[in-house]
Amino acid sequence: MATQAKKTQVSMKVNGVEVDGLVEPRTLLVHFIRENLQLTGTHIGCETTHCGACTVDIDGLSVKSCTMFAVQADGSEITTIEGIANADGTLSALQEGFRQMHGLQCGFCTPGMITRAHRLLQENPDPTEEEIRFGIAGNLCRCTGYQNIVRAIQYAAAKINGTEFQEAAE
Amino acid sequence: MIPGHFTYHRPASMADAIKLLSDLGEEARPLAGGHSLIPMMKLRLATPEHLIDLHAVEGLKGIRQEGDNIVIGAMTTQHELLASDVIASSLPILRETALLIADPQVRYRGTIGGNVANGDPGNDMPALMMTLGATYRLEGPDGVREEAAGDFYQGAYFTSLEPGEILTAVSVPAQPPGHGYAYEKLKRKIGDYATAAAAVVLTMSGGKVATCSIGLTNLSETPLLAEDAARAVIGTVLDDASLKRAAEAAITIMSPAGDGRGPVEYRKHVGGIMVERALKRAAARAA
Ligand code: FES
Ligand code: FES
Repeated sequence: MATQAKKTQVSMKVNGVEVDGLVEPRTLLVHFIRENLQLTGTHIGCETTHCGACTVDIDGLSVKSCTMFAVQADGSEITTIEGIANADGTLSALQEGFRQMHGLQCGFCTPGMITRAHRLLQENPDPTEEEIRFGIAGNLCRCTGYQNIVRAIQYAAAKINGTEFQEAAE
Repeated sequence: MIPGHFTYHRPASMADAIKLLSDLGEEARPLAGGHSLIPMMKLRLATPEHLIDLHAVEGLKGIRQEGDNIVIGAMTTQHELLASDVIASSLPILRETALLIADPQVRYRGTIGGNVANGDPGNDMPALMMTLGATYRLEGPDGVREEAAGDFYQGAYFTSLEPGEILTAVSVPAQPPGHGYAYEKLKRKIGDYATAAAAVVLTMSGGKVATCSIGLTNLSETPLLAEDAARAVIGTVLDDASLKRAAEAAITIMSPAGDGRGPVEYRKHVGGIMVERALKRAAARAA
């Protein structure tokens, strides 16, 4: 086994800001984001590609940043939870939805849920409940039972589309 | 969970990738979507000294029709398969199967080439490729060769890829209009590997099965083609007795591991049920 690998320079655009850093090839993107960039909103849950807490948006795709090396993200554009709020600092429709609909309890899964839902709504601005559930299947929540997360995303979709949020009949 | 040290290579051409892979030898691995390899590296079950990332190699992505075949570049992601009109119309079973693989984040990164080349018995595409009669394009230091999916798998994580070779495309015969298809996958939870799964493509004529092919996932060290099971239904109207015969014939070739997905007997039993369900659903779809 190679004992030491040379560090490589990487640069990328994170939440609209050009950043760079020196990483070992084996540095996972999530560690680069949390430790080098000090953006600790992106969480590490399982480290095994299951939970989705580490989800970020890379070049328009939701990616589990624990399952990609930072060197692979060289040159890419990344949005983390810190880049989700509106430009004026107010809550985005999704963030507002999670707050209004109680889409979180402990909050550990929330950054991943919101960044994933952000991409889901870009691809499918008016998803059905089933499409939402299928679309967030890569994100686990141990608290909410998902009901309120689904509602939060429905709330955001309605707000973005300018339609009225319909509380699903119980 | 941090992988061991390795040197990262990002060649821009196939020639460079093959040269690197053959020069660096056993300690080098190609990196596609990384959603099998990186988790294995974190567990130190894989400790390559060199990773050859294929993302910058030209020409490894895309889906195109070539004569009667659909040719899919190895670096095409599951997400791109799902977005393709060609796949939806000519190979709908690929779409059905891709939707059952892992979760959205994994499908954005996971590639068809990685799925079929890794030799993981839990992967869904290999049995499907055997069922569809696909061939793989393998490029290496000695040139290009085509290998039938059915000859490719030799054991768990053991394939006929030669040192220095990279799987660069899969070529799948377009299925005739009116064919029936189904991929039935039993899994413990969304995103899981199959406890048992069966792929069926068939054509019907005058209410009877005219042609049929059946593949099995995660029921042996390699994907399986259940030829006797397919023969058991050809010429029948898929009555209960022939469905039973097909399931029994399929069960005789299964040798699943007893693991967290269930004991051997259970996995064979549900494997038979997957075969019956896939046959019925495929027939119902056939014109
Ligand atoms: S920490 Fe990445 S998927 Fe759980
Ligand atoms: S709110 Fe606690 S894990 Fe989702």
